[in-house]
Amino acid sequence: MEKNKSRVPISQQPYQIDPKKGNGEIGGTVTVEINGKPVQVPFGTTILDACREANVYVPTLCHHPDLFMGGHCRLCLVEVEGFRTLQASCAFPITNPLKINTTTNDVRKARRHVMDLLLSEHHGDCYACVRNNNCELQTLAKEMGVDTFNFGHTKESRFEIDNSSFSLLRDMDKCILCRRCVRTCIDLQEVGVLEAIGKGYDTHISTFMEKPLADVICINCGQCINRCPTGALRANDPSDEIWKAIEDPTKHVVIQTAPSPRAGIGEEFGLEAGTSLTGNLNTALRRIGFNKVFDTNFTADLTIMEEGTELLTRLKKALVDKDKEVALPQFTSCSPGWVKYIEHFYPEYLDHLSSAKSPQQMFGTIIKTFYAEEAGIDPANIVSVALMPCSAKKFECNRPEMNSSGYKDVDYGLTTRELAMMIKESGIYLPDEEKSHFDDPFGEASGAGLIFGATGGVMEAALRTAYELITGRQVPFENLRIEATRGFEGIKQASVKLEGCVPDWSFLEGVDLKFIVAHGTANAKKVMEMLKAGELKDVHFVEIMACPGGCLGGGGMPIPTTTEIRKKRAQAIYAEDESLPVRKSHENPFIDVFYKKFIPEGPCSHKSHKLLHTHYTKRGKYIV
Amino acid sequence: MHNEVINTIHQGGILFGNYSPGDAIKKALSIGRENILFELRESKLKGRGGAGFPTSTKWMLTAAAQSDEKFIVCNADEGEPGTFKDRVILTEYPWLVFDGMVIGGFTVGAKKGIVYLRGEYVYMLEQLNNYLDKMRKEGLLGKNIGGKAGFDFDIEIMLGSGAYVCGEETALIESLEGHRGEPRNRPPYPVNTGFNGKPTSVNNVETLAAVPHIVINGGTFYSTHGTSASTGSKLFSVSGDCERPGVYELSWGISIHELLEIVGAKDPKAVQVGGASGICIPKTQFNRKLAYEDVATGGSIMIFNESRDMLHVLKNFMEFFVEESCGQCTPCRVGNTKLLEGVEMIESGEYTFMYLNKLKELGKTMQLASKCGLGQSSPNPFLSILENFKEEIFQSNGNGVKHGKK
Amino acid sequence: MLVLEKNQISAEIEDLAGYYGGNRTALLPLLQFIQKKYNHISDFAQQEIARVLDIHPVEVYAVISFYSFLHSEPKGRNIVRLCRTIVCDMAGKEKVEKAVERELGIKFGETTHDGRITLEFTNCLGMCDQGPAMIVNERVYTKLDPEKACKILSEVK
Repeated sequence: MEKNKSRVPISQQPYQIDPKKGNGEIGGTVTVEINGKPVQVPFGTTILDACREANVYVPTLCHHPDLFMGGHCRLCLVEVEGFRTLQASCAFPITNPLKINTTTNDVRKARRHVMDLLLSEHHGDCYACVRNNNCELQTLAKEMGVDTFNFGHTKESRFEIDNSSFSLLRDMDKCILCRRCVRTCIDLQEVGVLEAIGKGYDTHISTFMEKPLADVICINCGQCINRCPTGALRANDPSDEIWKAIEDPTKHVVIQTAPSPRAGIGEEFGLEAGTSLTGNLNTALRRIGFNKVFDTNFTADLTIMEEGTELLTRLKKALVDKDKEVALPQFTSCSPGWVKYIEHFYPEYLDHLSSAKSPQQMFGTIIKTFYAEEAGIDPANIVSVALMPCSAKKFECNRPEMNSSGYKDVDYGLTTRELAMMIKESGIYLPDEEKSHFDDPFGEASGAGLIFGATGGVMEAALRTAYELITGRQVPFENLRIEATRGFEGIKQASVKLEGCVPDWSFLEGVDLKFIVAHGTANAKKVMEMLKAGELKDVHFVEIMACPGGCLGGGGMPIPTTTEIRKKRAQAIYAEDESLPVRKSHENPFIDVFYKKFIPEGPCSHKSHKLLHTHYTKRGKYIV
Repeated sequence: MHNEVINTIHQGGILFGNYSPGDAIKKALSIGRENILFELRESKLKGRGGAGFPTSTKWMLTAAAQSDEKFIVCNADEGEPGTFKDRVILTEYPWLVFDGMVIGGFTVGAKKGIVYLRGEYVYMLEQLNNYLDKMRKEGLLGKNIGGKAGFDFDIEIMLGSGAYVCGEETALIESLEGHRGEPRNRPPYPVNTGFNGKPTSVNNVETLAAVPHIVINGGTFYSTHGTSASTGSKLFSVSGDCERPGVYELSWGISIHELLEIVGAKDPKAVQVGGASGICIPKTQFNRKLAYEDVATGGSIMIFNESRDMLHVLKNFMEFFVEESCGQCTPCRVGNTKLLEGVEMIESGEYTFMYLNKLKELGKTMQLASKCGLGQSSPNPFLSILENFKEEIFQSNGNGVKHGKK
Repeated sequence: MLVLEKNQISAEIEDLAGYYGGNRTALLPLLQFIQKKYNHISDFAQQEIARVLDIHPVEVYAVISFYSFLHSEPKGRNIVRLCRTIVCDMAGKEKVEKAVERELGIKFGETTHDGRITLEFTNCLGMCDQGPAMIVNERVYTKLDPEKACKILSEVK
């Protein structure tokens, strides 16, 4: 979030410490008294953060560590000496010594009153809610000892549910107007779909001209879902249809699982973030009735082959044929949120986008063509489900062009949360399941495909393969860790020098292969503005993921999400990569088999273009 | 003017006293910043919008803030029900406000002044702009004002669009910046981080109008009027059941009773002081004084005689707040609707005292927990009217007014 | 909407935004201008404003929905706003209200069939000393009684 370009009033952005004063210098820190105990904090720290520093609990609702300050809900009120009124601790920057009290009668009463007011407006029943037991409002109500609705509990529905979108569902009756989704959509992601509309009692969260979500420029990233404290925002859940398919004996139901859900689903079962349950999940999926369980990483490896070849072709056109028209840098196209973002916001640059389908869609096609043939099953009877960390994948599989198999390539996109619910519904406690392997013919994929789940992963996987194909040597990094692509910095830029190229690729000799990795569409926007300004002329490859942290921070992942949780998920993914025998896409043994058997002409050939590549739509920003 | 606006002014000696336009600017430029601030401090002038923050402190903080750009904003978003003094000042004495702004700009180091004029007052716009042009021609606005090299200042008028909450200074700034008029978190305060993030002093029309007089006559002259804590004069917008409604300039410290005499109130039973967000004073308390130390007010005086139904008055106020709350913070957005529901319960006779007591507690919380002055003061009429007129409201014996099942 | 009209709106928005420095500060003046000229702020105009100021269309809509004098749907050619605050109420607002409704055959909040007049309530107009008051477009009328109010409205084109 760039400070001054942001929509947020400057006064509501985090106070910045005067750069001349470091924390150690006079004026760099302030000592405050919290409940009688002195605490030293950096200048500009909010009271809330100071309280947490001092291990003093303060309840919050509209506050979210990923977002700018709110100060809307008024649950985190504290008493500050010298102020007539109570202060919202999440929005009060400390710039001078204060005496803070978090447990006075006024504070307790005010918090309870706020809670009562929120509940009086919150339409719905906890039993019948997707967020039951993982709802911040519910938790806080319990904490505050709510045993009766002091100011009533509305029985009247004020809003219609908006289920126009393939990905998201908005149930504004459950909205408590914390505006986290607004801050997510406008500030964090800079997509700008949701805003507070109206005034006074009529205030509600809505879209441009109250249009259904499917008609506005929502990219389906689902980041708002991850930050919604209640069940007001949720993913469009296909599990009923999937159950139906499982129950139908004529249907052959297969599921592909992406790496991020496997690293995150443990959280849904009360495990620490970053506990990978790949093997357990395979068993559980078969037990609940899926006929086959495949590893999406196989098509991630395939993506590397296709997208990598496409890049090398573009480079050849640019360097050897001196073709000025060729669009460089090439952008990755794995993230459906990002694809829709560029279709809306930068349609004039769509030729930069790799035409390779995302791993999910490649697999979808392969299942209903290659696999159907191999297994002798009529593709019309195959129901293909994709377990994804992502809400945008639901939209992606419903794109009309995604039918190169002759059928809808992927029938249902299922999120981590929804699958966890299905598993629980079946009476299975996932961590107790035995571990088992993926099904043949695709088997186990490479670690390169696995790290697609973290921001920078596609780049790292691509480099591992491309460098080796071009130079004949392994990438010169210890244990294949390309650190320049790792970590959660918004935009990472680095380069790898190509020396000693094999004859086929001699035109790349001495080229400094420059790449950029960005995650979150706010950062994507910055990269696109750089491209527009002509600053990316010497960059070759750009990886962009729509969600902060990459897929592991996706809109279908377990709630809550914070930087710490995302870091742990990333650690799990990188650790699993290092535990695998094969860690480069081109070394995945089945890749070779697959091409020989199915697409003998190789990557980016005519058949591969027909099945594994796609085209994009210039959507533009204009909302009709 | 093609409008049917008649300004009835009952002049006191200070704000509407003798003043020749531009004089105070010239004097201010000759005596310098420190002396202006000194006189202001001596005058003990407090913000006339209602909150009563010392103007000298506000200007001193703005002047002390480090920035390449500063602003003086005149808050002419006079939306408080029952208030119309700013209308009168701006239509009859605009030079007082503009001269005050120029002096403010000189004092705090601002180059630009902005008048945030409420949308309802758009009919004044042409006349005010004409007056600003005149000032430019006379060298009282523009570059090197009053011959003072390097002192550039100009005033622009921006229109509101019908939102009461924009009278709250940070909401006003939000509105100027092109946002929804939702109050900001404070701190930081506008004097540090105001319009476009720059130090900004937001002053009420009446406050700014007092400045030229203080500069010309000195702070001591001003502070001799009124009471020791509430100096100078105050404009009261008087309306309701009285013979002579209009704007009155009176000294602070006048009792409500005295004021009612002056305006010719017949048979008054209640006075709402400070508009919808103010408090309702019953007959028994008419000896209370209008001053920051007793009944503080931005100047709205609404008089209700014996025939009026106080529950109806309260309902009108609560409906106002439900609609005009910005909807941002929970206590104000939902709280006001709960209070309104409470009033409707009384109206229909379907209430319990237990629930009403809960609502009173809620009202007290709203005063403490709301984000801005609107939510903090919106329960005032609920609390004061239910307290001061409980016989009338609950015993249904007042003047044939009955509440209960119809 | 005709292409010509669209181009004209775009040009006007660009001009006025330029006058206010091309940043978001221009938003309210832009909205007020479009509203005054075209009687409402169409979704096309909203998106043009968003484009010129480099903000999201939903932010423009959010601002419009916040201010009671701005609207995104077409209303009558003349907007009549009657003050409903307590002092005007005590001075006889209800009689004026009823008379006007009867005269025009519509309720408050509605627009006449010929699109001539939209009736709305508004909060305090700052005319409490001369109530009941109403504002017709930008012009203020005070000390209304039913007959006077109806006469004023009959003269509105």
